Amino acid sequence: MSTLLVDGVTVRFGEVIAVDDVTFSVGTGVTGLIGPNGAGKTTLFDVVSGLRRPSSGRVLLDGHDVTAKGPHQRSRLGVARTFQRLEVFGSLTVWENVVVALESRRRPARLADDLLDRVGIGEFAGRQADAVPTGAARLLELARALATDPQLLLLDEPSSGLDRQETDAFGALLRELTAEGRAVVLVEHDMDLVMGYCDHVHVLNLGRLLASGTPDEIRAHDGVREAYLG
Amino acid sequence: MTALLAYTIFGLVTGGAYAVVAGGLVLTYSTSKVFNVGHGAIGMVMAFLYWELAENRGLPQWLALLIVVGGCAPVFGLLVERFVMRRLAGAPVGVTLVAGVGILVGLIGAAQVIWPPAARPVRPFLDRYGVHIGQSFVSGHDLVTLACAIAVAAGLYLLLNRTRTGLAMRACVDAPELAALYGIRPHRLSALSWAIGSALAALGGILLTPVVQLDYVTMTLLVITAYTAALVGRLRSLPWTFAGALVLGLVQSYAVAYLPSSQFWISFRAAIPALLLFLVLLALPQSPLRIGGVRGSRGVAVPSAGLTALGAAGLLAVVLVLALLVDNTVAGQLALALVFGIVLLSMVLLTGYGGVVSLGQFTFVGVGAVTVARLGTASPWALLLGALVSGAVGALVALPALRVRGLYLALATLGFAQLMDKLVLQSPIAFGVRGSLQVPRLVSSAQAQLLLAAVMFALVGAGVLAVRRGRLGRRLIAVKDSPAACATLGVNVRWIRVGVFALSAAIAGLAGGLFAQLRETVAASDFQLFNNLPLLLFAVIAGVTSVTGALVGGVLLMMLPVLQSGFPALAGVAVVLLGVAAAGLARDPNGLVSWIFRAWRPA
Repeated sequence: MSTLLVDGVTVRFGEVIAVDDVTFSVGTGVTGLIGPNGAGKTTLFDVVSGLRRPSSGRVLLDGHDVTAKGPHQRSRLGVARTFQRLEVFGSLTVWENVVVALESRRRPARLADDLLDRVGIGEFAGRQADAVPTGAARLLELARALATDPQLLLLDEPSSGLDRQETDAFGALLRELTAEGRAVVLVEHDMDLVMGYCDHVHVLNLGRLLASGTPDEIRAHDGVREAYLG
Repeated sequence: MTALLAYTIFGLVTGGAYAVVAGGLVLTYSTSKVFNVGHGAIGMVMAFLYWELAENRGLPQWLALLIVVGGCAPVFGLLVERFVMRRLAGAPVGVTLVAGVGILVGLIGAAQVIWPPAARPVRPFLDRYGVHIGQSFVSGHDLVTLACAIAVAAGLYLLLNRTRTGLAMRACVDAPELAALYGIRPHRLSALSWAIGSALAALGGILLTPVVQLDYVTMTLLVITAYTAALVGRLRSLPWTFAGALVLGLVQSYAVAYLPSSQFWISFRAAIPALLLFLVLLALPQSPLRIGGVRGSRGVAVPSAGLTALGAAGLLAVVLVLALLVDNTVAGQLALALVFGIVLLSMVLLTGYGGVVSLGQFTFVGVGAVTVARLGTASPWALLLGALVSGAVGALVALPALRVRGLYLALATLGFAQLMDKLVLQSPIAFGVRGSLQVPRLVSSAQAQLLLAAVMFALVGAGVLAVRRGRLGRRLIAVKDSPAACATLGVNVRWIRVGVFALSAAIAGLAGGLFAQLRETVAASDFQLFNNLPLLLFAVIAGVTSVTGALVGGVLLMMLPVLQSGFPALAGVAVVLLGVAAAGLARDPNGLVSWIFRAWRPA
């Protein structure tokens, strides 16, 4: 069964077409969404999470059309995301950041410490969130997204700012999350991460869907090599 | 038919003058990204200056006009840009707004000192000339106004589209950093736009003097009219702004012609710009949630529940001692300071925690006061009802106003304040035909009033801190830092905003009820639109992020009129200082009290 269906989505910014009639589906497991800068990956995340209305096309979650629903309603349907440009609550502590997310879903605040430990930033719990290193802030966004117990998790360049060791730990965490039955969509430039952990990969270029397939198929795809992998 | 033509001409002339003012506003905003709330005030001071030169000193009109529009106004604009706005580059909207309000209030204070209230007729331009169109007479001044509007439109068009400077200005709007790489100097362009903007404010102000009279506040509030016109052009498009200004002029002119001339409709006319402002706001698309970048601010430390209780007990003990020591007058003044402190607590919640700048908070005080006064009793139930009514009005305003944010929102609250001022508070609906109402006191003696105010301040202050420590407070700050992230975590951002706006209005309304029964007589003049501005300034100067700041701000706010009546010569100077202090302190929302906190807790 398909968890997410992006159906003919087009996004225009004035004259510019950022996303051009893109259709793909996402099931359980890890799905990679790759492509050069400006390909429309983050814009698609904005559309799926409800922060941006597409100019045309639909977004379906578990078969239900949610195109008209706002971001908070989609969160309640099980969608969560992180941001490429960090969106942590800078005036609050790391712990409070997670608590805000827990409270919005009426989950107990005591879960916050477990979540922070799970992503590996328990030591930062008491720090103000605008004062932690970028890597920790990315993991905080992940912990905060997990606090809503999502079925569909959209991660926008989660590994940037992480060192090798942290990236490996992150990969292991990805496996755990999918084992729990969650669907994860990964926008990522780290090809080792994409090819090593994704079950399925969609490639975007200049707003259009260029290719879809398993990591091996994508690696062998001529157009993808030309446009992106080099 | 003749009348229609006459009113159309009159409307176009007024609209033309609005267009001149609004054009300056748009030019400044689009080049420097700072919305000049003091735009109307600059026009006001320059119009006074023109009067001084042309009428008082007897200079020829053209020379006076040249000196003011070509010299004084641009120089003033340059100074403001150089010494206030440039230092605030990249600061949040709230900060630049407060600085603008500081300039506005300072200019009004200066004008009142230099030109004390008196009738100051200004001769129209070319008053011996005029032409007849059909049976309508178009005066020389009208022709000059239209000519100026056309010249300004053409001049701005040529500047922006046909010169290198204009091209650079437009580049700076889109990407100042990038423009700088190409050798464009954003500072110089921003300075130029402030000079031209001020000159246009001056020109528009002078052209409008025969219509609106030389008046401190009326001319200052031209900024609302100009803003409404500019909003039609989304604060960017000059052609749309000009069109908006002309429509505004026409609507006002037709309103004079075709609406009944009863008391209500006369005040309705004055409220037209604010009404149109709300209509335009409703027509604007909902602004998308901002994405990108970590925002955080360092508030003062939030005291624990125990420390809060200790603070409240300390305040009550001090007040109790004071009540025994001071005479009735001082006790009454201190009670007033604490009531003002409660108003400022409402702003701690809204502005300090929620990051929403409201220029209409004192209007909610008025709503609470009217409710209690109309009930004719100051029982606890009446006070509660005053808070509820005020909160409901707050929610009602918030629904359309909160579709937009930051700058648009703050100016919408200013529009709301003007609307309430003209349509409700000044009309018999609110304070009856005599314009004032008697309110029996809840407790009679001044000492008891002081204690009552202290208890209420302590309760509300503890409540605000409890909110900050709890779930709602966390959520408020999260919404302030990143509305987009909040929304994707399942928080209904809009309802949080409406809710906190209503709660804050309710606190202000509660203060209004206390104010009414403390004063025993309340009138529309107590809640004039203009009172909102010092309120915001004192909130920022004292510190809008803490309960202590609210207390200090309340005391300062109470002292202002005391100082003004005790030392009339200082009154204007005090207001100027207030403006300067706010413009200077705008960057640190924690205000003066944060210095005290730092002194106590070196960290």
